[in-house]
Amino acid sequence: MKRSSFRPIRRQMTEALEDKLTEQLKQEVHPPMSDEEAFSFAEFNAEDAERGGYSDYSYWKSTLRAFFQNKIAVFFLIVMVTVLLFTFIQPYLPGQKDPLLIHNDEWGLPLNNIPPNKEFWFGTNAIGQDLWARIWSGTRTSLFIGFTVALVEAVVGIFVGILWGYVRKLDFFFTELYNILDNIPQTLLLILISYVLKPGVSTIIFALSLTGWLDMARFIRNQIIIIRDRDYNLASRCLGISTGRIMVKNLLPYLVSVITMRMALAIPSAIGNEVFVTYIGIGLPVDIPSLGNLIQTGRSLMTVASLRYQLFFPVAVLVVITVSFYIIGNAFADAADPKNHVK
Amino acid sequence: MAKYITKRVLRSLVTMFIIITVLFALLRLMPIEGYFENYDKMSATQVQVKLQSLGLTDSLPKQLLRFYKQIFHGDLGESNVYRKGVAITEIIAEKIPISLKLGLISLAIALAVGLPLGVLMARSTRTRFKIGDRLGTVFIVLVQAMPSAVYHILIQFAGSQTYIGKEILGLPMLFDASNPKSYILPVISLSIGNIAYYAMWLRRYMVDESNKDYIRLARAKGVPNSKISFRHVFRNAFVPLVQYIPNSILFTLMGSLYVESLYSVPGMGGLLVTAIKRQDNTLVQALVLIYAVISILGLLFGDILMGIVDPRISFAKKEGSR
Repeated sequence: MKRSSFRPIRRQMTEALEDKLTEQLKQEVHPPMSDEEAFSFAEFNAEDAERGGYSDYSYWKSTLRAFFQNKIAVFFLIVMVTVLLFTFIQPYLPGQKDPLLIHNDEWGLPLNNIPPNKEFWFGTNAIGQDLWARIWSGTRTSLFIGFTVALVEAVVGIFVGILWGYVRKLDFFFTELYNILDNIPQTLLLILISYVLKPGVSTIIFALSLTGWLDMARFIRNQIIIIRDRDYNLASRCLGISTGRIMVKNLLPYLVSVITMRMALAIPSAIGNEVFVTYIGIGLPVDIPSLGNLIQTGRSLMTVASLRYQLFFPVAVLVVITVSFYIIGNAFADAADPKNHVK
Repeated sequence: MAKYITKRVLRSLVTMFIIITVLFALLRLMPIEGYFENYDKMSATQVQVKLQSLGLTDSLPKQLLRFYKQIFHGDLGESNVYRKGVAITEIIAEKIPISLKLGLISLAIALAVGLPLGVLMARSTRTRFKIGDRLGTVFIVLVQAMPSAVYHILIQFAGSQTYIGKEILGLPMLFDASNPKSYILPVISLSIGNIAYYAMWLRRYMVDESNKDYIRLARAKGVPNSKISFRHVFRNAFVPLVQYIPNSILFTLMGSLYVESLYSVPGMGGLLVTAIKRQDNTLVQALVLIYAVISILGLLFGDILMGIVDPRISFAKKEGSR
């Protein structure tokens, strides 16, 4: 090794050290081997194969960490979990009343329109039923409707959306189908269904799911079209990987964040739709309390100042639930985006 | 461009033809009780006579053919239940101006408030405490997350109260065409959703845009911030929003079901629901036809407008490449 002699000694020493280290490293990584060894097949060694490619990055761990860093979202998560738990354990708590029982005073007259007091925490309605019990029972119904509709919407919407976006031959068919279905007014379908089937929870779920997936499918389709010709998908296709596997392994993971967000938003919007359906007069019968028909009853009493509590209590519960879902959904979507994992 | 538009219009016509047919079939599935005010008291012959006079006893293809012919002549038919014997064009001509007036005022307000709000929020993301952005986000989240029925009710309630015994707001709860004060609450109700919508998307697109390299270059070479925001960021971020504006304008024709029934505005809003419930088939068909035309035209105008605003978007290429 020739080195110019006028270099400072210190530098020379560093270089010597460097050479030594490099040599050491070479020994470690590529141990010296004979020609025979170098030209024969290596045995598969799982430990060796893993070397150098290791990172402790875990998608879901990072997602959760990013989510819990958002304090507002965590606050709303706690609020939502409390409300959800409470709605489900409320009927089993001591001293709760039946939501359908009509309360009478000692002379047999109904205790109707009683403002909130110790006995009836949220007051009673026009026929003497306990509003507190009715609101929580209604919340259960509405949440059930919301969850089921959102689930159907997600499953059907994702399935159709991926097919529509990825399989070119189906694009024309689905686009035209969408144009047609999207232009049939939802109100017409809802009214028709409520004529044909008996009004009830399952009818409403069916009616809302029937059209709810359209938006989701279109949204997924647009996302898929954006990513379907990216290089990694092209590579998979060139390697002859089946369409089904590409959909599940390449396309779906990319969409996790947007799908969860749409799901979280689909629940409040399904609850909102239930309010709408009740509003146009084809909602649930009054003996199945739901937030929709409670708000509808409350609205008709809005002009009487002393009865406004019948509107405000259900509205307050509804707003807490929908706002929490909305904020948690958005925060989770942000957290699920890998771009936000690296700080 | 011209070729693209013709092709698109032709395809829309086919779509509309199918929509009408499906709709026609659905309406004939409805039970016949809806055609009568006192169905229970009528004898079978009376029912038969009435159905015959409505033309409902003819075979379905015949009815369908008659309907197509009518549309082809530009005649939407006569209402047979809602307001018996009155031409539908006449009913609609009475209702559309009311919805249109309220709708256009509130859309103008939504754009005038929503767009500056979006710009303000996007600009405030670059400041230290992001106060503007945070307050704006709270507003948007509330409006987006609440079911629209709820905030309409709250607006109506809050606006019509008298506070501290004085007529500070005390606005009329119900709409009255001759009283300009009664326009205020419905207009607020109608515009608030659009304000949140336009502000949210404008902020989103502006934030995305301002992270692009050319904006960083502009900033690095010392272009003043206000100039960057308006000359570069806003103009580019506005392109995707332009697409929605023709839609928003056209949809004001249809009115809003909630707002109009809440304030008892005699507009288009509740007409479809009433017509479906009373089974005024000709009216439903006419309204859905108008709906379909509006949504198809809205999309078409939106695309054309986007092509005009952003010269990079070309429709001719789109057809060939995918």
